[in-house]
Amino acid sequence: MSPRDLRGATAIVGVAESDLGEVGPDRYAIELAAQAAGAALAEAGLTTRDVDGLFCAIAGRGMAPLDVAEYLGIRPRYTDGTMVGGSSFVSHLHHAALAITSGACDVALIVYGSTARSDSGRGRLATGPPELPSYEAAYRPRMPITGYALAAARHMHQFGTTRTQLAEVAVAARRWARLNPKAFARDPLTVEDVLAARMVSSPLTSLDCCLVTDGGGAVVVTSAARAADLPRPPVYLLGAGEAHWHRAISQMPDLTVTAATESSARAYAMAGVGPEDVDMVQLYDAFTINTILFLEDLGFCAKGEGGDFVSGGRIAPGGDLPVNTNGGGLSYCHPGMYGIFPLIEATRQIRGEAGMRQQPGVTIAVAHGNGGQLSSQVTAVLGGRDSL
Amino acid sequence: MTGPAPHREYTDRVAAGTVPCQTCDGCLSAVFPPRVICPSCGGADLRWSESAGLGTVYSASVLSPRDADPYSVVLVDLDERFRMMSTVVDIPARDVRIGMRVRARVERDGPSGPRIVFTAEEGEGRHEPA
Repeated sequence: MSPRDLRGATAIVGVAESDLGEVGPDRYAIELAAQAAGAALAEAGLTTRDVDGLFCAIAGRGMAPLDVAEYLGIRPRYTDGTMVGGSSFVSHLHHAALAITSGACDVALIVYGSTARSDSGRGRLATGPPELPSYEAAYRPRMPITGYALAAARHMHQFGTTRTQLAEVAVAARRWARLNPKAFARDPLTVEDVLAARMVSSPLTSLDCCLVTDGGGAVVVTSAARAADLPRPPVYLLGAGEAHWHRAISQMPDLTVTAATESSARAYAMAGVGPEDVDMVQLYDAFTINTILFLEDLGFCAKGEGGDFVSGGRIAPGGDLPVNTNGGGLSYCHPGMYGIFPLIEATRQIRGEAGMRQQPGVTIAVAHGNGGQLSSQVTAVLGGRDSL
Repeated sequence: MTGPAPHREYTDRVAAGTVPCQTCDGCLSAVFPPRVICPSCGGADLRWSESAGLGTVYSASVLSPRDADPYSVVLVDLDERFRMMSTVVDIPARDVRIGMRVRARVERDGPSGPRIVFTAEEGEGRHEPA
């Protein structure tokens, strides 16, 4: 089987978020994961009894698939607990397509939950011994923010990117969030607000950084053949690609070039499309610099031109390229590992179910996940029926 | 495995006042952080060496805790061709610049034990008198 054989072979048939925002001290991550799973399966016209492939990652839970399977009463014949940070779920989508097309499972459930916001006030944050010695901790970086700040500083130095251009990313995300009733941060936001906010790790202010919310999500995937008999319009996986080159930011070869250059090239090659064919982009915006780096590395503009590209509202509502139409990790929801939400939003936009923020004629959307410190990059190209 | 445990050897060498790294006998790459196998060629013949401690700031961020002085977190490209995270001391954090030449020294009284920090080389980063 060649990678091209995956094109259009599987489809997303159900998506859902759990409750988002702040769910309170009595709730647990697995409950949000289960809530989202139930809703996504219901949307797909399926139940937990139909699920025979389980794909999940939960921060701090090394055996998350076992926790989730027991909780949901699923007895999978195929399990994937790939944990590559926030990009895990886009990776799971790729792996699910491989598993389904090879016959290892029929119905894949990708699921995530987190109570990051509610945990922060009650000493429930998972802490354990470091897996490996750290060669960074002695310098007290505030991770992950400082890692992204170092990338932003280098991008500014090398290409003349400005703090105002970074702020444009946050403002565009907020303008989208104002169209999304589920978004956490919906107050008006200006470039001046972002620039004047508290500097956390220069050049990033608190408003260059993502939210910390609770939240879960689920995505149900099956074969294109089976998808045709299910209630919602199938959203086909046209292409997927993965790449990672480092874990620690101090080991990233070039802070201005991410492995998304490779992951996106693989995804486009499988899909047989290029950035010029893409109607919208849902990417992992943990920090404002992410959007600039990924728009460059996914081929929407040349390296170094991301700052100019996002200026003047080009990625905001009414702009040339809709980016993060749900409001993104910056303004909609960020429970720590955001990567399932780009899949959910891209699916809804392709189906035409995105309410006030729905974009006309979305045939092909890119969903891009990032994990670690610009470390793991996973790109998926999704499309509606007309894309096949 | 034979030979010294990499992290223990590293911390001992830092405590002795040096800037340690490893060099691969197979491909001559500088290797940092310490390992048991070369990430460039896969070779297992890594020998300990010392950096002269001179490098260039590759990127920099300033952190300003509410209850303490601002400090820099930098990535330094050592002249021996490896990169490490560190901090530039002896000048205000806001004066640390990408491209600045810096020199390592071992700070012995850090809260987490000895650590390698950097100072700006002569003519770098200090405000010139008006």
